[in-house]
Amino acid sequence: MTTTALPKLGPEEASPPAGEVPSWERRRADSAATALSHAVLALWALVVIVPFLWALLASVKDSREIFGSPWRLPTEWHWSNFSDAWERGRVGEYLLNSVIVVTGGVLLTMLFGSMVAYVLARYEFRFNRLIYYVFAAGMMFPVFLALVPLFFVVQGLGMLSTYHGLILVYVAYSLPFTVFFMHAFFRTLPTEIAEAAVVDGCSHTGVFFRVMLPMAKPGLLSIGIFNVLGQWNQFVLPQFLSPEKPVLAQGIASLLAQQRYEGDWGTLFAALTIAMVPVVIVYLVFYRQIQAGLTAGTMK
Amino acid sequence: MKYGRYPFVVGFLAPGLILYVLFVLSPFAQAFHYSLTDWTGITPEFEYVGLQNFEQLLNDSIFLRALRNNAMVLVFVPAVTVFLALLFAFLLNVGGGATSAGVKGIRGSGFYKLVFFMPQVLAIPVIAVIWSVIFEPTSRGLVNSALGQVGIGPLGFLSDPALALWCVMWVLVWGSVGFYLVLFNAAISSVPREIFEAAVIDGAGRAATFRKVTLPLLWDTVQTSWVYLAILALDIYALVAVMTAGPGGPDNATQVMSLQIAQNGFNFGRAGYASAMGVVLFFLTMVIAVIMLRISRRDRIEF
Repeated sequence: MTTTALPKLGPEEASPPAGEVPSWERRRADSAATALSHAVLALWALVVIVPFLWALLASVKDSREIFGSPWRLPTEWHWSNFSDAWERGRVGEYLLNSVIVVTGGVLLTMLFGSMVAYVLARYEFRFNRLIYYVFAAGMMFPVFLALVPLFFVVQGLGMLSTYHGLILVYVAYSLPFTVFFMHAFFRTLPTEIAEAAVVDGCSHTGVFFRVMLPMAKPGLLSIGIFNVLGQWNQFVLPQFLSPEKPVLAQGIASLLAQQRYEGDWGTLFAALTIAMVPVVIVYLVFYRQIQAGLTAGTMK
Repeated sequence: MKYGRYPFVVGFLAPGLILYVLFVLSPFAQAFHYSLTDWTGITPEFEYVGLQNFEQLLNDSIFLRALRNNAMVLVFVPAVTVFLALLFAFLLNVGGGATSAGVKGIRGSGFYKLVFFMPQVLAIPVIAVIWSVIFEPTSRGLVNSALGQVGIGPLGFLSDPALALWCVMWVLVWGSVGFYLVLFNAAISSVPREIFEAAVIDGAGRAATFRKVTLPLLWDTVQTSWVYLAILALDIYALVAVMTAGPGGPDNATQVMSLQIAQNGFNFGRAGYASAMGVVLFFLTMVIAVIMLRISRRDRIEF
């Protein structure tokens, strides 16, 4: 995908070309079309945002009010829903599990992924292309094909429901795309600086860590965002590989089942809010980078 | 060959390659192997049964139901998602005025993109939980209480076999549209503005510009999106697992292949059989990706 930034036109250039002055009818039709466009877009914006607002509002109500008067502010603010979710609903524990696994998973993915990508992009050796294609092919495999044997591999290593087990599996499944993306990125970097560093007596490892990685920062940022979100939202792998040490996404799913039974919906929505709000804040702050990072991923 | 090069190359490849072989390649290879056995997954021993698992799949009514449901998702979700994303991209880009068609864009387009994209950053279980409460079958569910105001319902959205799969598909579309909108929009912005200006000077209206100029230039992106959405449709799991009764219910109305693999492999003690399903899923994914890329291949426009 090309993302060449185009220069913004100045005021004179943006005016209609001579001889193309829109007639009155045309302008009226334009503003009608603009209004209609806004109406359609605003409708979809509501469709997207209303469920979130409703969930947010429900997190401070009791079960009766959640369903009885869904659009009114609560008569009494049930902040205790949050402490209930945190302790009794074990959201605090799930959140900690997610933070530990994603921190470890993303750091190792970035390190191992860039190491592999760098060597494949910059060094010639036998089987270079083969190894590259084997990694790239991993992007197409449906994970469900591997799921049953994967469970037994992880079980055989005694790593079911452990942090390190989940971290290593996350890394393995994030590698194909990370290698693919960083490979393309390392190819675009100039070679002169690395060569100069070698002449100055820098080792291969030194060139990588002190010269190439710092130069690859923009690429690392995009793929880093991609991996943080991907691993944070991972559900299938922990669902089967870490039943005893659930991450947040799993915890939320099991809370739904539990609250269906107990009917304590306020706690469920408080848990949802705890799961959503940090992600939404990060999104609002970094949304340009996130949108660019996630979509760049698809088009390579 | 400079001194110390090979140890360096091997050392850098090793950690990534070992993890990848251990947790990705070997399970995939094993799945192909187990698909030819009657392995239960409970005890270590198994016998080779040839293609018996695959023959059995042809007569497994639940699996066939799952296959049919996956096909439904495969047809409707990409079509509706791409349609809506293109429509919104069109409105964002031509709603702003004809003089700079396709470039200036509608006022507030940044806000729309910000909102539309948001479901993409949230975990699927979070979205699934919110929607399953919205779709509560009794009159207290959010949609049902609204329908009740106009005298309809209550409808059993997730408990009625005729509706449940549509509800799941709706949530998938709802969550995906924003992502593809941003994707299409980025592709439109990368088209040089002279092309749009030329169209305007030639007297093309906004709709004509979009249909005759923008859409052909977007085609590459649309086709890649289609493949992505198709793979997403085949892989659908988390929404069904969280939202539906059973999961996969009511009455297998929302059964999908991934769910069948998980249930057979982990709950029914039929790991060999589940692996055979995985192999079917694998080949379907490959076939669909190849077909999609062939059908939609048009002359690529370079600019």
